Amino acid sequence: MYYETIIGLEVHVQLLTQTKIFCGCTSAFNPDNPNTQTCPVCLGLPGSLPVMNRKAFRLSLKTALALNCDIARFTKWDRKQYYYPDLPKGYQISQYDLPFSSHGFVEIDTDIEKGETKRVRLIRAHLEEDAGKNMHDESGRGHDSHVDLNRAGTPLLEIVSEPDLRSAAEAKKYLEELKLLLTYIGVSDCNMQEGSLRCDANVNLWVHTDDGQKIATPIVEIKNLNSFRGVEQAIEFEVARQIEEWEKTHAKIGDVPKQTRGWDANRCVTFAQRGKEEASDYRYFPDPDLTPVTVSDEFFAEVKAEICELPASRRRRYRADLGLSHYDADVIVSQGDRFTLYFEQVAKLCGDGKQAANWLTQDVQRELNARNLGVDTFPIRPEVLGGLLQRVTANQLTVKSAREVFAALLTDHDTAYEKDIRADLSTSRVEQIIAERGLAVLTDASAITQVIADVIARNPKPVADFKSGKQAAVGSLIGQIMKELKGADAKLVRQMLIDELSKP
Amino acid sequence: MAQPLTKEIVTKVAHLARLKLTDGELDLFTTQLGQVLGYVELLNELDTSAVEPMAHVADIANVFRDDELQPSLPRTAALSNSPKTDGKYFIVPQILEEG
Repeated sequence: MYYETIIGLEVHVQLLTQTKIFCGCTSAFNPDNPNTQTCPVCLGLPGSLPVMNRKAFRLSLKTALALNCDIARFTKWDRKQYYYPDLPKGYQISQYDLPFSSHGFVEIDTDIEKGETKRVRLIRAHLEEDAGKNMHDESGRGHDSHVDLNRAGTPLLEIVSEPDLRSAAEAKKYLEELKLLLTYIGVSDCNMQEGSLRCDANVNLWVHTDDGQKIATPIVEIKNLNSFRGVEQAIEFEVARQIEEWEKTHAKIGDVPKQTRGWDANRCVTFAQRGKEEASDYRYFPDPDLTPVTVSDEFFAEVKAEICELPASRRRRYRADLGLSHYDADVIVSQGDRFTLYFEQVAKLCGDGKQAANWLTQDVQRELNARNLGVDTFPIRPEVLGGLLQRVTANQLTVKSAREVFAALLTDHDTAYEKDIRADLSTSRVEQIIAERGLAVLTDASAITQVIADVIARNPKPVADFKSGKQAAVGSLIGQIMKELKGADAKLVRQMLIDELSKP
Repeated sequence: MAQPLTKEIVTKVAHLARLKLTDGELDLFTTQLGQVLGYVELLNELDTSAVEPMAHVADIANVFRDDELQPSLPRTAALSNSPKTDGKYFIVPQILEEG
């Protein structure tokens, strides 16, 4: 007998609009000034009327297209009725039977080294409004709860996956890929601390018995996970708990109502919450305050044209066109849109994708971390770094010397920064540093021949040792020659030295 | 013909609407609401098989507003209808999360 974990995620993403979905109040995160961003519409006062934010719909459509969804040309909004203090109208405006999009998918990497991917199917994505925020008194029982309605009416896109995920790690990976994609297309800041990206996980088990049966256990919904780590830990905890539960009760799906559980990040446990009302109990009906929306061919094409190249496509292109490994392509793409643009410029100029990737993931990344900078504010611009690395590709500079130039440029920048002036970090400065320090690789054979002759003349003992068969003696000679030549190609020097010594 | 309205259904709907009904009210509303539903039921006598479902009474679509900031209410005004407040929040009886 063995257990298979079955997971589906419902992700709520806050869209990057200035204002709320149905009114002109700001949708900015502002928990320190509660109830300062409300109006009759988002307070649900009688007589007020909601009007759809055009940008919110546009961003939703853009996301659904990037998620490979079918787009409904006719869509409407419905009232989902339930009573909760953070929901001022007593209903949430959401989409029920005619969501604006359905049947999409997200491709995730399940094994980066092997390049294995998996397609996670999406049931639908729909546009709805957020509720306010309740603050529960944690000091004890019988106290009041506080309600802040700043967040009420913030536009949310709900993205519902099929139960295609098979482990906590896969669920985390899916969420990371989704977040990356949403950030690339610029529809959300996906700030998880501020609740811009939240997730509910539906988890149950398939018990595969020894006689070949497959039994599904009851589905549990874990609410309001707001970190990647939380998603992973909560699912891991829940799987272990459900296995224990199954062994105790042998309860199958349908035997007990669907349970809702919360996640306590401090104690690392899930806990039972109020029983979820059955879907039909929400008594959905079309909201008469809002008109339906139809999507014209022009609007569809216009929004589609706004979508940039997506992360998965960039990874593929970097592997196919630039010869990057799965791992390197993933590391670069995970750094975001701006980083990839910097990388592509460097790779194009230096003519060696692998070299550019090494520099970006090591040298540049290290400096960005140490300096707490984004790539757009990094003092060495891509055209300069690309030019520098082009010299390495062309064998005019060793990697070691290029690192020296890179460090010298940053020292220039730091020195200037302290004096509050701007350093010259241009390609001509690169040339100057190479010249000053004599870093250029010597390709002039006659100069190398001259130094080799000098060193041979000064070192009769190692020369004699080599001639009597001690190959190792050549090492100290090469060291001396390289020291005098600085930027020479060590391979070439070695060959020329051995040729010289081997002459009868 | 839709299912007849029972006391159980009215009890459930009352619960969902957070209404507490006395036994007398339950009987009264079951009868009254049943009559209303029976009246609306007359619509089912029409043949609507050739009629497109209607999503909105007005035959319009695509009413949007631009994503432009409008002033919000001052907090005192926003909270003025609250039965209980500390001047910053709406205050409600404690919501029990744990079951």
